[in-house]
Formats: sequence, C-alpha cells, structure tokens
Amino acid sequence: MTDPQVTEKYVGKRIKRNEDPRLLTGQALFVDDVDLPDMLHAAFLRSDFAHARVQSIDVSAARARPGVVAVFTAEDMGDFWRPGPLIVPPPSKVEGIVFNARTQIPMVKDKIHHIGDPLAVVIAETRYIAEDALEDIFVDYEPLDAVVDLEEALKPDAPLVHDDLGSNLAAHVVQQKGDFEAARGEADVVVKRRIVIDRGAAAALENRGVVADWDPRSQQLTVWDTTQAPIPIRNGIAAMLGLSEHQVRVIAPFIGGGFGPKIMMSQPEEVLVPWAATKLNRPVKWIEDRRENFIGTTQEREQIHDVEMALTRDGRILGVRDVFLHDTGAYDPYGLTVPLNTQSHALGAYDVPNYYTEFKVVFTNKMIVTPVRGAGRPQGIFIIERMLDLAAKELGLDRAEIRRRNFIPPDAFPYSHVVIDQAFAELIFDSGNYEPALDKALAMIGYDQFIKEEQPRLRAEGQCVGLGIVSFVETTGVGPYEGARVTIEASGKVSVVTGVGTQGQGHFTSFAQVAADQLGVDVGEVRVVTGDTAQFHWGTGTFASRGAVVAGNAVNAAASNVRAKVLRLASKVLDAPEEELELENGQVRVADIPEQSISLGELAVLANPLRGAVEPGTEPGLESTDYFGPKTCATAFGVVSMIVEVDPETMLVDIKRLVIAHDCGTVLNPMIVEGQIHGGMSLGIGNSFYEKLAYDENGQLLNASFMDYLLPRSTDMPPQIEIGHLETPSPLNPMGSKGVGEAGAIPVPAAFAQAVEDALVDYNVEILETPLSPNRLFEILQAARQADEP
Amino acid sequence: MSDLFNLTVTVNGTRYERAIEPRLLLSDFLRHELGLTGTHVGCEHGVCGTCTIMFDGQAVRSCLMFAVQADGHDILTVEGLGTVEELHPLQDAFRDAHALQCAFCTPGFLMTLVPFLEQNPNPTEEEIREAIAGNLCRCTGYQNIVEAVKLAAQRMAT
Repeated sequence: MTDPQVTEKYVGKRIKRNEDPRLLTGQALFVDDVDLPDMLHAAFLRSDFAHARVQSIDVSAARARPGVVAVFTAEDMGDFWRPGPLIVPPPSKVEGIVFNARTQIPMVKDKIHHIGDPLAVVIAETRYIAEDALEDIFVDYEPLDAVVDLEEALKPDAPLVHDDLGSNLAAHVVQQKGDFEAARGEADVVVKRRIVIDRGAAAALENRGVVADWDPRSQQLTVWDTTQAPIPIRNGIAAMLGLSEHQVRVIAPFIGGGFGPKIMMSQPEEVLVPWAATKLNRPVKWIEDRRENFIGTTQEREQIHDVEMALTRDGRILGVRDVFLHDTGAYDPYGLTVPLNTQSHALGAYDVPNYYTEFKVVFTNKMIVTPVRGAGRPQGIFIIERMLDLAAKELGLDRAEIRRRNFIPPDAFPYSHVVIDQAFAELIFDSGNYEPALDKALAMIGYDQFIKEEQPRLRAEGQCVGLGIVSFVETTGVGPYEGARVTIEASGKVSVVTGVGTQGQGHFTSFAQVAADQLGVDVGEVRVVTGDTAQFHWGTGTFASRGAVVAGNAVNAAASNVRAKVLRLASKVLDAPEEELELENGQVRVADIPEQSISLGELAVLANPLRGAVEPGTEPGLESTDYFGPKTCATAFGVVSMIVEVDPETMLVDIKRLVIAHDCGTVLNPMIVEGQIHGGMSLGIGNSFYEKLAYDENGQLLNASFMDYLLPRSTDMPPQIEIGHLETPSPLNPMGSKGVGEAGAIPVPAAFAQAVEDALVDYNVEILETPLSPNRLFEILQAARQADEP
Repeated sequence: MSDLFNLTVTVNGTRYERAIEPRLLLSDFLRHELGLTGTHVGCEHGVCGTCTIMFDGQAVRSCLMFAVQADGHDILTVEGLGTVEELHPLQDAFRDAHALQCAFCTPGFLMTLVPFLEQNPNPTEEEIREAIAGNLCRCTGYQNIVEAVKLAAQRMAT
C-alpha cells in the first residue's frame, strides 16, 4: 500500500473467508434456490441438427398439455425478436481489419446455426411438465450440410453458416512488429510447424440459470442470473424491454463457478426468461441441465497455427511468424477478444524484435466461442513454448537455458510489443523479473538432479519419465474500470459494495481485508456486497483476472477516502491534529492519550446529524464512492515445471510433480491466490489430457455429458501442487496488484506436452497438439514407429 | 396427471409426509418440496457427486434416486450436519484449509466424507483421494480438500 500510515494487518495475510460458514452449511443462495410464489418453469427445445432449415414448428400439442401455461417461438416474439448486441467490437486501432459481425438470435426463425440452437420455450407449472411438453413439439427440419472443419469452412464451395455473408470468414487481422522476413533471412535456424489446439468447456459445476420476477404493481423487474456481469445484463434487459434501468434489478447471488461463459451476455435465455415474465405476469425460472450446458453454453480453444520461429545459433529468437485460424462457432458476439489474447501471448515472456501475426476467424456450425479461463492465452503460450522446445532440440541447447537467454530483461520494462491487445491498447508489459522465477522453479523441481541422476536411473529401469519446464505471462487487470462504495455505519460495521460479481474468488474476504486495513477495523466487521445492481450499478464484471486489481483498487480508493473523512472529523471532535490520530480496533484515538478516543460508529452518527445545519459542501456520513480504471493490463508471469510418467502400453500419464514459481504483484490473500492457482491448474490438466469437445462432421457433439467429457478428478491430480511466490509490484495501480485467476490454466498444456515428449524421447515423437488422450498418444506413437521403420 | 404416492421420510431428524409424483427425483424433492436447497444438482447423470446425501448412513447420489425410493428411510443433508454458529469439525476444517471456493460442490463432498471418516477415521492421502474420486470440483483442484480431510481426521480423533 502506498499510504505509510496504514498498518497492514490483513492485506497479504492468509485470512479465513468471511463467507464460508454460510456456504458450508447450505445457507447460501444460488439461483436455483430462488423460490417465488406462483413461479413458472421454462424448458427450451433445442436443435438436434447443427445446420438445418426450419420449414415449420408446430407447438399446438404442447400448448394443449395440462400444466403448460405458454409456448413461445420466434414468431410469438414479434418486435422483440432481434439479434443480440455486439458485445465487443473489433479494435479500431488495428489497420485493415476485416470484421463481419453476426450476433446470436434469441430463437431460431428459419435457419439453425448450431446444435443446441433454441427453437421454442415452454413455460409450465413444473419443470417436469415443461420438459414433457418439449416432446409434443413437432419441428419440420430440412437438414443441411454442416461446416465443422476450419480449413474446409474457408474453401469456396463450403456450406455457408450465414447465407448473407457469402463466405465463412468472420474476421481477418494482421499485426506486425519489426520485419520478420528480414529476420528469417538473417537466422541460423528456422523452425516451422503446424500446431493444433482443440475445444474445451468451462464446465462449472453449477449450470446456468435465470429467474425473472415482474411485479406489475410496482413496475419492477427482479432477475436472478448466474452471470459474471450483472450490470451490463441489467442494462441490456432494460433496453430490450423498454424499461428504465432503475426498474430492473439483476442479482448475481452466490454463483457455482464462472470460468468465462457466464460473462457472455444477452444469451437467449437471459433475453427470453425476463420477457416471458413480463408477458405472463408470473415469475419464471429456467435452470439449465448438464446436457444443455454442453450444447448451449459457450466454449473455447479451437485454433490451427502455422508458425515459424527464426533463431540465431545460440538460441536467440530473431522473429516469430504465426498464421492461424480461430473458430468462433456460429456467431461472433464477443468480437476478437480470444484471438487477440492469443496474439498477445504468442511471444510469451520473451524479447522478440520481429513479429508477424495473422489470424482468420472462421464461422462454423458449432457452439459460439467466448472466453473460457485463459481466454486465448493458453494457445499463445502453447505455441511459443513448443516452438522454443523444438528449437532447443535442433540447436542442442538446454530448454531452461534457451528460455533464460530470451527473457525480457528486468530493466526493459515497461516493454512494448507494439501489437494491439484485447483492451484496444498497445500491448505493454508493465513490470516483470523473469529470471528469478525460472531459478526458483528449477530449484523447486530439482532440475539438475532430475536430468542428471534420477531420470537416467528411472529410464534404465524401463520407466518413461519426463520433465517439462515452461514460462508464461498473463495480461490481467484489464479496464475499463470498476467502482466501490465504502460506508461506516452507526453500529461501527463497515459496508463495502461493488458492482462485480463473485463466483468463488473470495471477494467477500479479500475486499474486506483492504477496507479493514484502511479503517482499522476487524476484517469480520466488514460486510461486502457484490453483484446486486440495486446496490451498485456502474461497472462491467468479473472476468480476465481483473477482480482484485480493478475492483480491489476501487475499494482501496473509496476506503482511503473514508479514512480521510474519519481523520478530518475526529480531529475536530477529539481536538487533536490529524497526524496524531490512530485508527485501530474500530476506534479513533489520540496516539499518546488513548482515553481520548471515539468509536467509528459514534463518529458516523455525528457525521449524519438529525438536527442543526451542515456546512456547505459536506457530504453526509462517513461514506465514499470511488472508481479505478487502469491504463493498460498488468502482466503477471511465472514458470511451471512438471514431472510425468507415461505408461507406453496403456498410454496413461501420471503427473508425479507439479511446481509453479508465480508472480502476481502485491498479494491480497495468499490462501486465495493459491486456491486460484490450484483450480486453474486442474483446468490446465484437463486441457492437456482429459478434456476435448468432440464434434463430428455433422456438427453433433458426441460427448455432451460427464461420462464422456472427462473433468480431472482427485486421483488425476498430482499429489501436491507446489507454489513459490514472487512479488514484482505493478506500477499501474496503487496496491501494486496483478491478477491471478487464469494463471494456472495458461502454462500447463505447454509444460505437459514438453514433459510427455521428454518421457517418450526414445520414440522420437513431437507433440504438436493439445489436448492429448491415451488414444491420441497411441496414434502418435504408432505414426512415429512407422516413420522409423525402414 | 399420474397417481400420487404418499411418501413418509425422515430428513435431518424431522419426519415428513408428502403426496408426490413417482417420477420426482430425490434431489428435486429435497430441494423444492422440502426447501432444503443446500443439496445441489450438477449433472443429473450420477457423475459429479454434487447431489450426494446420506441415506441410511451411506453416501448416495440423490439425482439417481426417485423420492419414492426413500419411503420409510432416513436421510441426512448438509443442513443437518452443522450450523453457522456450530460447524461440524469437517466443515470447520474445510474453512481452515480453504477447501471451498464457489462451494457449489461442497455439500456433496461433505456428505461423501462424513460416512467415509466414520469408517476410516485415520485415512492415508491415497485413501482420501480415492474416496472423493466420485466428486468433481472445478475450483479447488482438490488439494485443499484433501488437506481439510487430514485436518478433520486429526481433530476428530482427539
């Protein structure tokens, strides 16, 4: 903290979470727990085809079923039917961009664009009856050829996802730094590969849900939504229904995991459920089931990269050229956020003077792509780290050494990569010190000892063990801004309200820690409210590892303002200069005369008199609302290393050790930071080996259940994730913080691929894809064996 | 409208009588008929374990049972385990070890672990991981959950 007067009692400490007792005892409200009198239940009919024309939809039998109150199709929506807004426009600063906006529709009118596309919604007395009624609906489909493969989609004779567009090209972006062609000419070695990354799901344990309650007497709409962005959702619903924003209250209560897809806005269900509630004048609830989540909730990761790296003989990267295809699915409402993040991360933590990066975004008949934890960054890191590994092999260099030689040096910050990033600004890394992270990770994994002694010994015993070590960066704390209001109440308790939502990151505690330190109160006396637009209505939401940085700094600013008000007023009341006052244990007292004191609660009452006159320009109470908006992203970084054992017969991979040396600047609560890393890494392990959304050539999702889409379990994780902390503060915000939410997910697939390749060194394979699986590893090994055969 | 079934079931020590549809899932009965929303639903196909409750002392997935199958039986849900004022030692250990983040999966873990610890009061790390291999968590990576169980086992032994 910058204020030397503030004693750091809580920030930086492992404080137990305020919210846990309620969560542990089943006393916390999640969206499906909302139960209102007269509530109706919605069920959506979703397309079984990925690409088809709809000749007719007959809902008459469904409407006639007892217990069904209404059935709506696109036709019934009338003027309300319109494509959703373009949530993220393309960056205007990048020259020559081609961007074809096609945003999702609330319900299908004449053409189905992806499996799971909603065709009708049934509203009934119970969810069971609503689902029964789905079977009563008859749809006359005319199936069309689906376009699924990215390269096929761009061929001239490909079926068109959007007929009016004339092609399946959603966007085309070229960015450059320096001159790659010149660099290639000067290089001693050029490594060139195709690298493929496939789709994964966020798969939060809580499926999506919306409850909407329209009260015609008070003309108020209350919506409970499993959203990461309650404020934009409120604004969108108000605009759609022609209501004043203050007539709409969106509450994101406790949310069972976000991980990205819950930031997507104007999802069909978020549009239709509130609309239905206003038409029927009864509360309407929709809760997604797991199959719907697989086919109807946004996903991410699919890209095909053709990448070249030019290096000198001693392993210095002269330039990188990366041309890739990015799958956006059937629509592109989220703009270019994900592929721009890939561009921003495809140079990793390295000082690369020449960069040519080009991507084409492709429409396909698959579910819409919007950020999933990592949001395009894992792909970028996978590319650069794999290429470095291959270059190291070709040059006969140690893989840790080649990384060390290319790190951005500590005195080069702020370091500009020139290209424009997802925040529409020049990509500038704010601060960093990469070598200590590498040294720490090498020490933690016992690199030298493993490479020189343990690995040769185990190999001699016939065990296929391998080590992977990769570095990564993570742009975090993106703007535009967030806000917070801090209030000292008459009881002496402190209220902190902010507009972001919470999905398990511990905001109720980390923000309380910040305020408690500023105001000298017990952290348990600070009550934090997040995600309720009636209590705070300016801001964007929780995504892109920005909660602690942006909202946290807003809380800090507001709390700091309240502290100043406390000191000013207490100085008058206690008749002592401000410099002699201390805030501790909910009291303000004169430093050397502790009897001369007043409680914060009493001070708050004095600040809000019921009689008398107030001085002009005074604000009532001890309260402040403030905002924080960072100039650019704060760049976190780290080094991950793992040791794996591969069984060459079953192709199962066991992660023996997993370490990370991690730097997210000033840490608010190390316990929470570690938890974020653990969780991110489990997703990263999923993206490495277990999780792949398998679409067939008809755009059918073959594994839309947990039986066939495998999330890592407790027995799939390594025995211990060892975490080493480093702290290089960010100059971009007063607390010096950087985000950490996605850190675990970003580097793991690259480390896993390297480790598996290392374990299978005798088989001479190259891992140029993620996720792997036992089947894929088997195929890769077979191909390598056949290639070796004379 | 199908014929209703007269169900009698004890949940958290209270005896309930309700007339319900035979096809009503036990998870939906507990959550929406009885208003005990602490038990959550994650997949409705028996894989994620989020809906786990104790049925006659055993850990059981409530999404894979019909409520009528509980007729005459004894159920314990997370609401019966502890209160905000007085947490069960396992709940307390979860908090101390930061074994919950969004906590959607947590009740399922707790109800799986209570019978496990009764039968295995001094489990090894491997045994713990095996015991919770049928419960999915997306937030914690399981590490702190394992630590919480070790902590709880220690504390409950004394």
